[in-house]
Amino acid sequence: MIYFDNAATSWPKPPQVAEAMMHFLRDVGANPGRSAHRTAVESGRIVYAAREAVCELVNAPDPLRVAFTANVTVALNMALWGLLRPGDHVITSSMEHNSVMRPLRALERKGVELTVVRCSPEGFLNPADVQAAIRPNTRMIVLNHASNVAGTILPVREVGHIAHAHNLLLLVDAAQTAGAYPIDVQADGIDLLAFTGHKSLLGPMGTGGLVLGPRVDVSRMEPLIRGGTGSRSEREEQPDFLPDMLESGTPNAVGIAGLEAGIRWVLERGVEAIRAHEMALAQRAIDGLRAIPGVTVYGPLDAARQTATVSFNIAGMEPSEAGLRLDEEHGILCRVGLHCAPAAHKTLGTFPVGTVRFGMGVFNTADEVDAAVAAVEALAREARR
Amino acid sequence: MSETYSVILVHSTSHAIRAEKVLRAAGIPCKMIPVPRHISSDCGVCVRVGRADVDAARRALEAAGLEIEDIRDI
Ligand SMILES: Cc1ncc(COP(=O)(O)O)c(C=O)c1O
Repeated sequence: MIYFDNAATSWPKPPQVAEAMMHFLRDVGANPGRSAHRTAVESGRIVYAAREAVCELVNAPDPLRVAFTANVTVALNMALWGLLRPGDHVITSSMEHNSVMRPLRALERKGVELTVVRCSPEGFLNPADVQAAIRPNTRMIVLNHASNVAGTILPVREVGHIAHAHNLLLLVDAAQTAGAYPIDVQADGIDLLAFTGHKSLLGPMGTGGLVLGPRVDVSRMEPLIRGGTGSRSEREEQPDFLPDMLESGTPNAVGIAGLEAGIRWVLERGVEAIRAHEMALAQRAIDGLRAIPGVTVYGPLDAARQTATVSFNIAGMEPSEAGLRLDEEHGILCRVGLHCAPAAHKTLGTFPVGTVRFGMGVFNTADEVDAAVAAVEALAREARR
Repeated sequence: MSETYSVILVHSTSHAIRAEKVLRAAGIPCKMIPVPRHISSDCGVCVRVGRADVDAARRALEAAGLEIEDIRDI
């Protein structure tokens, strides 16, 4: 079996991830930040260690400005609904996932102005187009760090400079890059970094978070959810400090324990080394697939400008059929269709049919890429008959 | 002579863990303990330091940008 669905969720995980979760369930177990006994404090320390790991990975200065959430979707909603008000203008790209696009469309109905800057057919965003879209009431720029459809990397740092020059907040959806591509929130000018734990951070599902930079004034932020935090229990108002303000309800501490182990594994291996490995896989897949008659590969076609996610189609074969046959006849597990990002597919010219997507990860090998390319070649040959 | 202590109250358990790390890094002995009932009805933890170290602790925490809610002798 070849697992090529890492862009949806990474698998396998380093053994340390399951071990950390087992340790938590078997030996710790208590509610972090609620009680003061020894295992509750230990549980709090485990969650805190994960905040530190996130900070180390993305060069964020303050572990207390990391709020954990169930996934990047919650983190993105938290930032968008928390900071945008009717009358504000927000700029985004045409390569966004629905976890950005749907909340933005809903906010638009509530009076937030939205500009979707069009990207090139490879998914590239021209920073000058973002600059040109800025209005007097622009408050935020939201950017997908890398496309989950074609892997295209967006120019976050350049847009970060533009955002700061105009005193705007930059919110980045790092679902596809955290753990797979270097992120430095300070050098990149990222004010709000939303991440998910179950992809390249190699953690379990049900983990993610929002890293808030110093330019985000939380006194102007509305929490999405209010409730018990273990702090300020004498008061009926939500705490106004981070991370508690954004972390109501018992967190997924067992998941966060696994997330910390995943991030530690990434840090030990090194993001640069992971990136180099994945770039080699991506270029091998791109070159192999492009050489097949009848196969169209989308996106940059250049591993240096994309992640290890490669989307393609086979002439004469629906993506759904290709996906089924890759699974049943070749043991290759990938995702087909629209990948929750209709705007990105319209940009790439693959709407409404979608694509076949190979999402490669740190545990994949060149041999697996070669086997997958050979399988696509066999399907393409049949489709040509 | 038995030592006398003060407790440093911070916003939450996360803040207490951070405070403990800052104090340890500054070489100030400290221990995380439940907030004594007579000080606050909150269910959280606080950081206990020797009374002689209170000023140094306050300086270290402030330098780290950590907000202190209160410091009380116990
Ligand atoms: C770019 C992008 N944003 C958001 C998401 C949503 O991630 P999650 O389901 O973990 O919230 C994904 C993955 O599905 C993604 O690739």
